[in-house]
Amino acid sequence: MRAEDRDSVVGRAFREESGRAVATLIRVLGDFDAAEEAVQEAFVTALERWPRDGVPANPGAWITRVARNRAIDRLRRDRTLVEKKAILEGLESLRPPVGEPALEEEKVGTEIEDDRLRLIFTCCHPALTIEARVALTLRSLGGLETAEIARAFLVSETTMAQRLVRAKRKIAGAGIPYEVPAAEQMPERLTGVLATLYLIFNEGYLGSSSEQLVRVELSAEAIRLSRLLDAILPGEPEVQGLLALMLLIDSRRRARVGPQGVPVPLEDQDRSLWDGEVIAEGLALSERAAAAGPVGPYTVQARIAAAHATAPSAADTDWVKITRLYEWLAAVAPGPVVELNRAAAVAMSEGPGRGLELIDAVEGLDEYGPMHAARADLLSRLGRDREAVAAFEHALGLSANPAERRYLEGRIAALR
Amino acid sequence: MLYLLSLIGEEPDWEKISPEDMQADIDAMGRYNDELKEAGVMVDGHGLRGRETASVVSFAGEERTVTDGPFAETKEQLMGFWIIEAANLDEALEWTRKAPLQEAAIEVRPLVEEQGEENEKFSGEKLLSRVKDPTR
Repeated sequence: MRAEDRDSVVGRAFREESGRAVATLIRVLGDFDAAEEAVQEAFVTALERWPRDGVPANPGAWITRVARNRAIDRLRRDRTLVEKKAILEGLESLRPPVGEPALEEEKVGTEIEDDRLRLIFTCCHPALTIEARVALTLRSLGGLETAEIARAFLVSETTMAQRLVRAKRKIAGAGIPYEVPAAEQMPERLTGVLATLYLIFNEGYLGSSSEQLVRVELSAEAIRLSRLLDAILPGEPEVQGLLALMLLIDSRRRARVGPQGVPVPLEDQDRSLWDGEVIAEGLALSERAAAAGPVGPYTVQARIAAAHATAPSAADTDWVKITRLYEWLAAVAPGPVVELNRAAAVAMSEGPGRGLELIDAVEGLDEYGPMHAARADLLSRLGRDREAVAAFEHALGLSANPAERRYLEGRIAALR
Repeated sequence: MLYLLSLIGEEPDWEKISPEDMQADIDAMGRYNDELKEAGVMVDGHGLRGRETASVVSFAGEERTVTDGPFAETKEQLMGFWIIEAANLDEALEWTRKAPLQEAAIEVRPLVEEQGEENEKFSGEKLLSRVKDPTR
């Protein structure tokens, strides 16, 4: 699909519907590539026909059906004569004419949801590397082009294509099943799916080194996929927790970037720019997730984001509550970054001196830029400007994100 | 599918393990192997003798050189293996998880079988049944 087609009605439908069409075709054909090709071909057909004949009532079903017919055409061409004869005899009778519903829509609906759930769990299988999971999820479920994913992750298209090929080979060769995991495996497997979606979101939100534009799309895609997961796996508290967390963070998008793309820290953000509607949805979800329990790490983080979202200003934030939530987070998902964030919250409630003591006690973050930036910030609040400059410079040396670098340079300049 | 489970770990210092503990480990492994056999999953499997018993034959063109082993001079060594029959990777991983081990790793890897996946995947009958009803 060409870039200019992506903004058209067909392009938007592609984004929305390709995941479900690919999911169904993979099950029918038992092959990722054949499924993707067939769906691509169906969209080329849609590009010809929809502008002329109008968009069908159920674009997803239309695309799945046409893709299936394309796949059948291809199989007929590619099979050997013996195989062909056997398949063709059956095919002619079951091939529905394009444009007519082949099956009752309701039944198709639930089956398609199952297919997408299978695809999510296959793409996020723990036997695949996290990079492969991210790439496969965006390609197969998100319908992103290989070139787009490559751009978003700052690798060449060839590298990304190879990554996808290797992942698909692993799925076929290792016998990774196209199945929703059994109940006893579900918690662990779901954790793998959520980690993948959160990584996609964070890549979009924080972007380790690229400029804005492509990134916003990644965050939006992660939210869309989390919504999808919440819809087809209803009542999973951590799915709701993750979706709430993403929404509450994303609600600040307009406020977190100032002129020249310099990031604005939470405490300096113009809170009138926060998106109230998104916050309301995130709050409701985070409350539902927390009430359902057992409360997992995404739900605790969503509660922390909720505490920020409901505070009228940085000064009027319930930092004691946030500190408690970080302690809770440290209990369910311990790690040095959690300790760092807890220290930052303590600095707000008990003063920068106490915060600095706690940060200096955290081990294993020497190569983590945000730790040095947080230290620097507390040092400057304590009036220890020379040490603050040194710490900001340390953070600068560890950052590859241009916008973040501009922010750190600004802080250094202000202290000199 | 057939999977090779390679048990990789640090060889225990047998001198430091009490005979009771050693017997308990052996019994636990015996029960695990029995479970694999009773489920009809086990194709083959053995523990290996110590690394000091290993020898290596190296090939370079026509030349063959025999040296003392093991091949890899790492602390972690191949200590044993199973070949199991499982429907898919998830099933193989479920069986693997049940192995009574405290500290080790098991590499799970499919064997090349005569009927390759490619042939099997698109073989007529199976394909037809899939295409017939895509909602199934």
